[in-house]
Amino acid sequence: MYKNDIYTIKSNIKLTNDIYKMVLEGDTSFITAPGQFVNIQLDGFYLRRPISISSWNDKDFTIIYKVVGSGTKAMATYEAGKKLDILTGLGNGFDVSDMAGRKPVLIGGGVGVPPMYGVAETMVKNGVKPLIVLGFNDEAGAFYQDEFKALGLDVYVTTVDGSLGIKGFVTDALKDMDYDTYLCCGPKPMLKAVYDMGKIKGAEGQLSFEEHMGCGFGACMGCSCKTITGNKRICTDGPVFKSSEVIL
Amino acid sequence: MKDLSVKLGNVELKNPVIPASGTFGFGYEMAKFYDINKLGAISLKGTTKDARFGNPTPRIADCREGVLNAIGLQNPGVEKVIANELPKLKEVYNGVRIANISGFSIEEYVYTANEFDKKTDVDILEINISCPNVKHGGMAFGTNPDQAAAVCKAVKDACDKPVYMKLSPNVTDIVAIAKACADAGADGLVLINTMLGMVVNPRTGRPAVSTVTAGFSGPAVKPVALRMVYQVAGAVDLPIIGVGGVATADDVIEMMSVGATAVQVGAQNLVDPYACSKIIDDLPVKMEEYGIDKLSDIIGRTRSFI
Repeated sequence: MYKNDIYTIKSNIKLTNDIYKMVLEGDTSFITAPGQFVNIQLDGFYLRRPISISSWNDKDFTIIYKVVGSGTKAMATYEAGKKLDILTGLGNGFDVSDMAGRKPVLIGGGVGVPPMYGVAETMVKNGVKPLIVLGFNDEAGAFYQDEFKALGLDVYVTTVDGSLGIKGFVTDALKDMDYDTYLCCGPKPMLKAVYDMGKIKGAEGQLSFEEHMGCGFGACMGCSCKTITGNKRICTDGPVFKSSEVIL
Repeated sequence: MKDLSVKLGNVELKNPVIPASGTFGFGYEMAKFYDINKLGAISLKGTTKDARFGNPTPRIADCREGVLNAIGLQNPGVEKVIANELPKLKEVYNGVRIANISGFSIEEYVYTANEFDKKTDVDILEINISCPNVKHGGMAFGTNPDQAAAVCKAVKDACDKPVYMKLSPNVTDIVAIAKACADAGADGLVLINTMLGMVVNPRTGRPAVSTVTAGFSGPAVKPVALRMVYQVAGAVDLPIIGVGGVATADDVIEMMSVGATAVQVGAQNLVDPYACSKIIDDLPVKMEEYGIDKLSDIIGRTRSFI
């Protein structure tokens, strides 16, 4: 089920040049899985802005967003105490229920990193320790490595220019890694590369997709994608799809 | 007790509020938000003979005053709509249903309309001759009076259920199209579909959707919709379902005042999934404020000032 409610900004801070972290207080009872998203009404804009949830507890949830257009630019100026009209409980999220005895790796690219933090947190709570691979363009754009490390996990960072961690893409870290399942979120070229690497390794996985959305709850079919099992709505059938059903 | 009921021909609606096709899925998706049985009717997602994915993404964009969409009639095809979607809707909804039908030839329109007519108990057939997001067909049938009449007549000849033609605003004279449909036997009219528009990224100059131009809707189009409903209502003696920018109970009252019998709510459902529910709750409050006891009494009242 979905929840439409008013949430209060607890904090809104800058993590890098264009990445911000916002904590919102209110009813989080409809958030049921990491990888779900919220849809936020902004003053002066018509469509809501869909943003993935990074982490949540029973009092508040955290979103980490990138300033890409006028909507997120406005969001970056919002101060603590401001109230926002938000839909929560959207999307299927990652399935982390069947990880016992497996060797999972979590992969986040750029602004695809935040939902993977929620996945890591949930897995650690369940007693599972996944490997973490985070990909960024450069050191200045990197964020949240320390938060993953604080969960007691091994974190591998890649940067395209080599200014931090392994030089190259997330697949440059994955190629020598021992894993049998992967969960990832990032830009489409990264999803494709991770998917191809999974095939080489014989690993199944879950991939979270991004698309421009109209409603976020399945009514408009703005964010559809083609899968092996037919046309799917990224907002309600996804955003997370199994590697066995995606077309990349 | 305020009377919100209206009659579309012989079809009675308990209130005039209908979610517009393409903004409400096949209806059952929205039952996650509220009991959709309070709606006057539901206009289902546009359906074609064969399954369609629609246009490549991105195919939706915000434009502050409304939304630009280029979905392109994604649907699983009429056979699967009847086999899978209508039964799912029936589990949660027992009210009036409007099937929305598109095609790329007159034969396709007739085929799909006939399937709904013969194999389902939907109440009204809404024939979309105004989709701006598909090449060949769609709006091409809605911008020429002879073509519009040809589709209307062919569907009427093949079907028993009431046939409502959904008209495009992207024409120089919507009255001519409306009259052509009336002469061809239409039981009612639905107007307006989206207006052809465009959104561009100011930083790059890149168009926001894959089709470059696409259908614009939302609060900004309401004055155009009111004008067209007013013009058509003055020229054609058929029930009209008014649609375009409706977001509040006042918008419904305005639309009915200029001649609409019922009203569809479109883009607003995407930003506020409770929009139709709130409007239905607000209508009696507004009626009390304006001294209206029976909502259907106000249909066309604007004309008394002219």
